[in-house]
Amino acid sequence: MLIRQPDDILPSEITPPDIYRERRRFMQGIGALAVGAVLGATPKAQAGAKLTGAHASAYKLDEDGTPYKDVSTYNNFYEFGTGKADPAEKADSLKTRPWTVAVEGEVGNPGIYDIDALLKLAPLEERVYRMRCVEGWSMVIPWVGFPLREIIRRAAPTGNARYVEFVTLHDPRQMPGQRSRVLDWPYVEGLRLDEAMHPLTLMAVGLYGEVLPRQNGAPIRLVVPWKYGFKSAKSIVKIRFVERQPLTAWMRATPSEYGFYSNVNPEVDHPRWSQAKERRIGEFFKRDTLMFNGYGSQVAQMYRSMDLKRFF
Amino acid sequence: MTAALHNPKFWIFGICLFPLVRLIVLGGSGGLGANPIEFITHSTGTWTLTGLMVTLLVTPLRRLTGRAELIRYRRMLGLFTFFYACLHFITYIWLDQFFDPAAIARDIIKRPFITIGFAAFVLLIPLAATSTHSMMRRLGRRWQQLHRLVYLVAMLGVIHYVWLVKKDLTEPLIYGAGLTLLMILRLSWGVMLLQLARNRFVPARF
Repeated sequence: MLIRQPDDILPSEITPPDIYRERRRFMQGIGALAVGAVLGATPKAQAGAKLTGAHASAYKLDEDGTPYKDVSTYNNFYEFGTGKADPAEKADSLKTRPWTVAVEGEVGNPGIYDIDALLKLAPLEERVYRMRCVEGWSMVIPWVGFPLREIIRRAAPTGNARYVEFVTLHDPRQMPGQRSRVLDWPYVEGLRLDEAMHPLTLMAVGLYGEVLPRQNGAPIRLVVPWKYGFKSAKSIVKIRFVERQPLTAWMRATPSEYGFYSNVNPEVDHPRWSQAKERRIGEFFKRDTLMFNGYGSQVAQMYRSMDLKRFF
Repeated sequence: MTAALHNPKFWIFGICLFPLVRLIVLGGSGGLGANPIEFITHSTGTWTLTGLMVTLLVTPLRRLTGRAELIRYRRMLGLFTFFYACLHFITYIWLDQFFDPAAIARDIIKRPFITIGFAAFVLLIPLAATSTHSMMRRLGRRWQQLHRLVYLVAMLGVIHYVWLVKKDLTEPLIYGAGLTLLMILRLSWGVMLLQLARNRFVPARF
């Protein structure tokens, strides 16, 4: 059941949600757009290098950010091993330059984007999002990136495009975890087109104002804050617009446990563990997990007529 | 003091404290990682399984080496296993569930891996409670029958591990393979195998 909160933003296709939500942020955005255009953000590729030109956004939280060390050493990124420490230890072999992202499928304007072109595609903004892992832990992460819809708009999806599929790099030489058959490589994730177009859906290229560390999905990854972390595909090489719902890596691996939607939902348990609470990294006591990870007022309307127990 | 140093039990006791000392040292130096409670839960759990395996190794080792005196160290190994099982259980009810009896009861009923882990823990209690010499005397033949429960406990422990991991079964299956081997060595032809190995490779002692 969805509980509508008084601050719910009604869906509006006519007024851009930015203006609808807060005029001031819109003005800030205009300013940053201008600054970004003048300076021409050209960040260095190395993790840890400052990302110039990223501006603050209205996407902030009153919750403390998870320390950089934890965000960059406690990761699920099976391409580098199934242990939480594996990605930080083994991701050095990943080469993030040259890097291209193919945009293809049901689009009027397919193309192959160079990563440095993507970094200049839209103004980079810092967004502080909650991240809830399906395993029952969570973080608060200041990402740097731009909305996915900036790419989608340029790609001009056709009427047949109903879903968007994201494919992670498949190269066992660079990603030693892919030598194990723990998942069916490459890693595939997907969103419904409206989810992909949602203003919250971010393409992240950095965190804490710096170039994204490899273990966090460099050089470019998806961030969908109202879904469990595994939906946010890392080190993306392909964005494909399709008519049919993509078969994601986790659905293929364990269909009974991982559904396509995977929205954060304290009322729908994982078959083997409860999702009612979560451990925020760095905190002693567990927190209650929030419906849609606390983003219900922005996203709940997309699932209005759906049984979320069935479409888990 | 020197007498204590010559007693293998002294050294075994020290070695058995290693997992606990390690957790304390790591905890003091911030070495438990981003999710310390998960680390402690996992560590006490896998050390409990390791303890079960080592305890179950005593009898095959005795048959292989012919050193009957090894049996003297088995009780200590078993009790340390129970000790780590207790730490594992306490970590769960305290650091994971914060003594919420309703949540714990729900978990035990609803989550098969918790049900089975809890059952294994409960079954260990009578074994620990009857580990004294006087209890052995009082129970007589029934003592051995009761303590065969340890095979069931070890199996439940391995299943508990298999059912909790998200995808990568490597580690639980290593414990499963270890337990399978230990059980095979208890079958009649396993015992014969140990005898053969002993005659072939282990020099007779004079």
